[in-house]
Amino acid sequence: MPNILVYALHYDGAINKNSLGAVSEGARLAEELGGEAHAIMLGEGVAEDLAASLGRYGAKKVLVAEGPEGLAQPLVDAMAKAIGDGGYGYALFGGGLLGFEIGAGLAARLGAGVAMEVTNVRAEGGKLIAERPILGDSAISEIAYRSPVGIIIGRLNAFEARESGAGSAQVEQLSFELSEHATRATMITRGEQRGADVDIEGADVLVAGGRGLGKPEGFKLCEELAQAFGGNSAVAATRAVVDAGWYPYAAQIGQTGKTVSPKLYLAAGISGAIQHKVGMQSSENIVAINKDANAPIFEFSDLGIVGDLNKILPKLTEAVKAKKAS
Amino acid sequence: MKICVLVKEVPDAAVEKKLNPSTGRMDRSGERNLNPYDTHAIEAAMQVREGGSIPVEEIVAVTMGPESAVRALHKAVSLGADRSVHLCDEALAGSDVAATGYALAKTLERESPDLVLLGQQSDDGECYTIGAVVAEHLGMPSLTQVIKMDVSGEALRCERQAEYGYDTVEVKLPAVISVGDAINEPRYPSLKAIMGAKKKQLDSLSAGDAQVDPAKVGGENSAAQWIAAKPPPAKAAGEIIEDEDTGETVERIVAWLDERKLI
Ligand SMILES: Cc1cc2nc3c(=O)[nH]c(=O)nc-3n(C[C@H](O)[C@H](O)[C@H](O)COP(=O)(O)OP(=O)(O)OC[C@H]3O[C@@H](n4cnc5c(N)ncnc54)[C@H](O)[C@@H]3O)c2cc1C
Repeated sequence: MPNILVYALHYDGAINKNSLGAVSEGARLAEELGGEAHAIMLGEGVAEDLAASLGRYGAKKVLVAEGPEGLAQPLVDAMAKAIGDGGYGYALFGGGLLGFEIGAGLAARLGAGVAMEVTNVRAEGGKLIAERPILGDSAISEIAYRSPVGIIIGRLNAFEARESGAGSAQVEQLSFELSEHATRATMITRGEQRGADVDIEGADVLVAGGRGLGKPEGFKLCEELAQAFGGNSAVAATRAVVDAGWYPYAAQIGQTGKTVSPKLYLAAGISGAIQHKVGMQSSENIVAINKDANAPIFEFSDLGIVGDLNKILPKLTEAVKAKKAS
Repeated sequence: MKICVLVKEVPDAAVEKKLNPSTGRMDRSGERNLNPYDTHAIEAAMQVREGGSIPVEEIVAVTMGPESAVRALHKAVSLGADRSVHLCDEALAGSDVAATGYALAKTLERESPDLVLLGQQSDDGECYTIGAVVAEHLGMPSLTQVIKMDVSGEALRCERQAEYGYDTVEVKLPAVISVGDAINEPRYPSLKAIMGAKKKQLDSLSAGDAQVDPAKVGGENSAAQWIAAKPPPAKAAGEIIEDEDTGETVERIVAWLDERKLI
C-alpha cells in the first residue's frame, strides 16, 4: 500500500505552510514508493478551490471532510476512516501542534508506529525510514515501522514547500462518523491574538528575550538594545514569557509561533529549547547571553556569552550606540 | 471526582543524557527525579481540589517505569497525591510512545478517573503526545499544552496556545488534559509531607495485574522500530566568552558584530 495520506491544516482560508511542506514531502516519498500522495482537510465547508490547490504541491487527490475545526480527535476519526478504506501505508504531518495530537491519536486507534519531530525521511526497499533527533539533538535515531501503517510527524520547517508544476488535485468528499469522545470537546474561540500586533518576520536584527529576563519589565533591556541597533530591528520572545503574559504572542518565535531568519538573532535569558530553536535556527548569526554555561542554546550559537544579562545588556546597548555614532 | 495524575521519572536535568549504543534506548542510569513538568500537573489537581467548585475525593499518581520510579511517586505524593499506582514489569521495557500510552490507559481503566492530568512533555523523551494516546484508548476527549483550566460543572474550560494563537476549548469530563508549565507555580512540599509520603498507599502492578496484553508492549512488540542511531551533522562550535569584566566582554561582542557588519 504505497499511498501516503497527508494532513493539511488550514485556517482563515489559507493552508498552513508546514502542511504545504508535508504535502510536497509526501509527494516526493510516494513517488519513490510507486504510489500517490493524497491530502486530507477537515472543516466547516472547506472551499473546493483551496483543497484543489494542493495539487500544485504534488497531491493527486484531496479528501475533504466536514467537521469541527481546530481539534484533533475529529481528524483521528476522519483519517482512520480514509485509511480503513484502503491504500495507505503512511500518514504524514508537518510541524506544529495539532498534527502531533492527531498523529498520536491515530497511532493509538490503528495500533500504528509513530515517530515525531522527524527531520528527514527516506525510502528504502519500498518502505519509509524516519530520522528523528533525540537527546537535545545530540543524536539522530532511525525509526522503521512494524505496523501496516506508519505515522510520521515532522518537526517544524523540516519539510520544504515546493510547487511541483502539477495542476489542481481531484477533490473528493469523505464521509465519516465522529466518535462519541470527539463530540465532547468544543472550540469556543480560536486563534486569539494576545498583545500587540508586532512584526518580527521582516526584521534584520532580532533581540529575543526569555524567562531569564526575570519579569515583564525585563523586556525594556531588549527593547533598548533593539533601538540601539536601529533600522530594521525588533524584539522577539519565547513561549514561556508569552504564556506568562510578559510579551505579545505576535512576537513569539517557535513551534507555535513565528519562524524567523534575521541577519542577527540575539537571545537574552533563553534556554534554547527545541521548540524555540526550530523557529530561529536558520538565522544568519546567532548570539546568546545566558548565565548557565550548560544551556542548550550554546550548542547552536555562533557567539555565546556566559554571564548575567542584567549586567551585560545595558552596557552592550551603550556600546552599540557608541559604535554607531563613531 | 477522582483525578489521576500521570507522572514519570526522568534523569536529573544536570545529568548528561545518552543512549545505550547497543539497544538504542535511553541510558536510564544516574541521578533521577520526578519530571519537572509533572509537578505542574499535580499542582493543577491540587488547585481543582482546593478551588472547591467540585469535590475531589481522591488524587492518584500513576506511573509506568522500573523499580526506581517509586521515588517519583513518593515525590508526587509529597506534593499532594493521596496514593499512587506503579505499573512495573520487565515486559514493558523499551515500549514506544504508543505502547506506553496503551499500558498507562489499561492501568487508568482500573481507577475510572473523571480527569487524567499530565505534564506537557517529559524532560527526556521529548515528545508531547502521550496524553493523546491515552485519551484515544480511554475514549475520552483530550487537549494538550493547556495553560488555564477552569472546572464548571461537568466540563472544563481550557486555554492553550496552538498554531494560530490562543484557543479556548470546552472539554466535557471525563477527559485527559496535558498542562503547560505556565498553568501554575507548583508548591514546595512540606517536610511533613515528604516524611509522610512513604507511608501512603502504593500499589505495584504487573502487566498482568493491569490486564496489559503482553503482545502489545515492550521493545520487540512496539510498532515503531528503532533501527540505528547516528551523530547529527557536524557543526562548527561557536565562540564562547565567559563574562568576567563586563566592559571587556561588551567590547568583544561589539568587535564580533562589527566584523560581520551587523552594527
Ligand atoms: C508543543 C510545544 C510547543 C512549544 N512551542 C514553543 C514556541 O513556539 N516557542 C518557544 O519559545 N517555546 C515553545 N515551547 C516551550 C519550550 O519547550 C520552552 O519551554 C521555552 O522555549 C522556554 O522558554 P525560555 O527559554 O524563555 O525559558 P527557560 O527554559 O526557563 O530558560 C530561561 C533561561 O534563562 C537563563 N537565565 C536566567 N536568569 C538569567 C540571567 N540573569 N542572565 C542570563 N541568563 C539567565 C537560564 O539559565 C535559562 O537558560 C513549546 C513547548 C511544547 C511542548
